[in-house]
Amino acid sequence: MSVNYGPKRVVVGAHYGLRDWIAQRGTAVLMALFTIVLLAQVIFSRGPLGYDTWSGIFSQQWMKVVTLVTIIALGYHAWVGMRDIWMDYVKPVVARLALQIFSIFWLVGCVGYMIQVLWRL
Amino acid sequence: MAEISKKRPEFRNINAFTDLTTYRLPAAGWVSILHRISGLILFMLLPLVIWMFDLSVTSQISFGRFHSIFTVGIGGLILKLFCLALLWAYLHHFIAGLRHLWMDLNHHAVEKRIGANTATGTIVAGIVLTVILGAKLFGLY
Repeated sequence: MSVNYGPKRVVVGAHYGLRDWIAQRGTAVLMALFTIVLLAQVIFSRGPLGYDTWSGIFSQQWMKVVTLVTIIALGYHAWVGMRDIWMDYVKPVVARLALQIFSIFWLVGCVGYMIQVLWRL
Repeated sequence: MAEISKKRPEFRNINAFTDLTTYRLPAAGWVSILHRISGLILFMLLPLVIWMFDLSVTSQISFGRFHSIFTVGIGGLILKLFCLALLWAYLHHFIAGLRHLWMDLNHHAVEKRIGANTATGTIVAGIVLTVILGAKLFGLY
């Protein structure tokens, strides 16, 4: 008989929620760091923030990659949040499923749009 | 005991209008529900954010258009109001999120007194920063 209670309780595996809980925090830290990196570049830029300076920030290859990672992190972070909201307030399964699918489409669309914008530069 | 048994009171679904309005939430409760609401706002306005970023970064011409959408007529005012909402939503969600991380890391942060203080601080900081940045957005300084 395996011991599976108290401190020996298994809390990972299918549907335990730990992955998403950690993912929300991890992606949050990542996005906070990105905010600081972006803010620092804006604050320490020379001269007025015109098109050249602003688009210059995002045409640096490393910044494009960092922004890409951030937007993907945002997608996962927002998905977990929205899934929680639907789970708490929408009990009928069909309605909840429809809203979850819509949320995923919405987020994937936003991520895709952002990738397009970043690589036009 | 053979007396008439009183029927147990039944509590069914919460009615948004007659029940929700009577609850008194502590500060931490307000931070929590506003964290959720601000997240929802950010989710719904995300395409708008990306569209504005698109305009600002694609070309000098689109950058000029980015400037003008804020100043032309009633549309400009409506856009600024949406951006004000985005500002508050982002600031509150960020600060409340930091408070969440703080509560995850610090064992004392979830005590009632400290929790109440950080909650009040979160709400105040969110509103103050929104006012400061919003004033800049509306050209007040």
